Amino acid sequence: MLSFNWIRQNLFSSWTNSIITVVLIYFLASIIPPMFDWLFFEATWIADDRTGCTSDGACWAIIGARFYQFMYGFYPTEEVWRVNLVYALLPFGILPLLWDKMPFRKQFLIFAIVYPFLVFFLLYGGPGLTAVASNKWGGLLLTLFLGLGGIIIAFPLSIFLALGRRSEMPAISAICVVFIEFIRGVPLITLLFFGSMMLPLFLPEGLDIDTVLRALVAVIIFQAAYGAEVVRGGLQAMPKGQYEAAQALGLSYWQMNLKIILPQALKITIPALVNTAIGLFKDTSLVIVIGLLDLLGIGRAALADTKWMALHVEVYVFISVIFFIFCFGFSRYSLYLEKKLNTDNDSENK
Amino acid sequence: MNQDSIIYFENVSKWFGDFQVLNNINLEVNKGEKIVVCGPSGSGKSTMIRCINRLEEHQEGKIIVDGTELTGNVKNIDTVRREVGMVFQQFNLFPHLSILDNCTLAPIWVRKMPKADATELAMRYLKRVQIEDQVHKYPNQLSGGQQQRAAIARALCMQPRLMLFDEPTSALDPEMIKEVLDVMIGLAQDGMTMLVVTHEMGFAKEVADRIVFMDEGQIVEAKAPTEFFENPESDRTKLFLSQIL
Repeated sequence: MLSFNWIRQNLFSSWTNSIITVVLIYFLASIIPPMFDWLFFEATWIADDRTGCTSDGACWAIIGARFYQFMYGFYPTEEVWRVNLVYALLPFGILPLLWDKMPFRKQFLIFAIVYPFLVFFLLYGGPGLTAVASNKWGGLLLTLFLGLGGIIIAFPLSIFLALGRRSEMPAISAICVVFIEFIRGVPLITLLFFGSMMLPLFLPEGLDIDTVLRALVAVIIFQAAYGAEVVRGGLQAMPKGQYEAAQALGLSYWQMNLKIILPQALKITIPALVNTAIGLFKDTSLVIVIGLLDLLGIGRAALADTKWMALHVEVYVFISVIFFIFCFGFSRYSLYLEKKLNTDNDSENK
Repeated sequence: MNQDSIIYFENVSKWFGDFQVLNNINLEVNKGEKIVVCGPSGSGKSTMIRCINRLEEHQEGKIIVDGTELTGNVKNIDTVRREVGMVFQQFNLFPHLSILDNCTLAPIWVRKMPKADATELAMRYLKRVQIEDQVHKYPNQLSGGQQQRAAIARALCMQPRLMLFDEPTSALDPEMIKEVLDVMIGLAQDGMTMLVVTHEMGFAKEVADRIVFMDEGQIVEAKAPTEFFENPESDRTKLFLSQIL
């Protein structure tokens, strides 16, 4: 592809294009090598503290020194295998939901149903496992727990809310409208505050819900309300004829929605749904206001350590890379789904 | 109401807001009868046949379909819809399902038929409408005429006791109209009870037992094709015929 002809046609097709190409090459040439120098070639990878970083490059030693906290928060070291097990099983818990041609998908689907309960059991502890208070969780563990947990559990809720809002039964529709508008009308921070500070005041004495769970509930209802409006947009885009054809065939309300309407409506809302999911995944950092330290929170805590002062760039680059990997993954997956579900003429085999 | 009656309209009226779309409709259709409904646009012909499977709700009068009266009762509505097939102007196939899945969906979920039986049934009807070699394609990969024939097969798969056609050829290119009409003629010859809203007067002459002419929400006349075309009673019918023939 990168033949002489290709270069001439695409980069030097006219005088203006040639000038732009030359300027851009000069620009990239002056940016990229120093960037790589800083990131890799001149970086310090291992050091005991800030003073050990004498080179001109990045001081990645801070990431190494704090790696445990970035991944697990303050989870007790002797119990950390439980978190590692949760991480290791994560692909098997999620892939069967996302990939319809997964080998042994049926068996893995059963595992996917068990997985959330297993996660709770492993992380919190229970019979046979020592309890680990959730205020010890942090870093990537907390980010994934709140982010993925929120996205996955909120998804079916947002479908019900969207269907409910369009329901012909006035009571159901009213409840859904009030819920959606109220939750959507307040910032996530206030929901987190409400969950963590005010909810315990209303609950009876002794019934104490765990801080992380309260945050998870706040994240779920927030995401459900946002997702509901996205799904409703998809439902509204469905031609009336699809409803009529389904009704004329005698399908019930739920059959019509499950088999005909939702598969099509959700397909057209994939980009918007993934957009809100990515937004939420990053918004989980707000749990810092109720004293939980997610990936970003751990990073800020690391920066406050006098041994590693003023390494903002390294810490934020590292955190950004991790967030980017996940969010980019969501985005690629949504493209794959859109392509897979395309049934128009232009698609070869489905 | 006689014994062979499968559709019975008694003084049926309906309004969209202040506009009266159906005005005191009385009509009785017997089993095996083929009725063609025609009339100018806005005359209420689509609305009338859509009342038969309750895609539209009538406000006054009585509609009885195959012994079941249509009321707000959801059970009754479901019973009627299972027995009444419908073909739409815009086909309304389900674009996310293959042609075969379009056809087997309702038998499997509504009739609770085993998948293998439903597939066999669907293949029989798809063969009959001559698209058996397209069954694994998606609707948007077929021509309009093929889509409409698939839609007819989909309705037939529920083995309905009567079929409603709401302007089935109006969205088709002229060269595709014939292939759809041929399927409908074949169906009529097999004795299916049919109500067809159409402007295809050739089809009406060939197939209809009665032609129902509607205007402004009323049935102006309803009679056999020869009578209708050669001896129309009202001036409204004469005017309509002079415009379309």
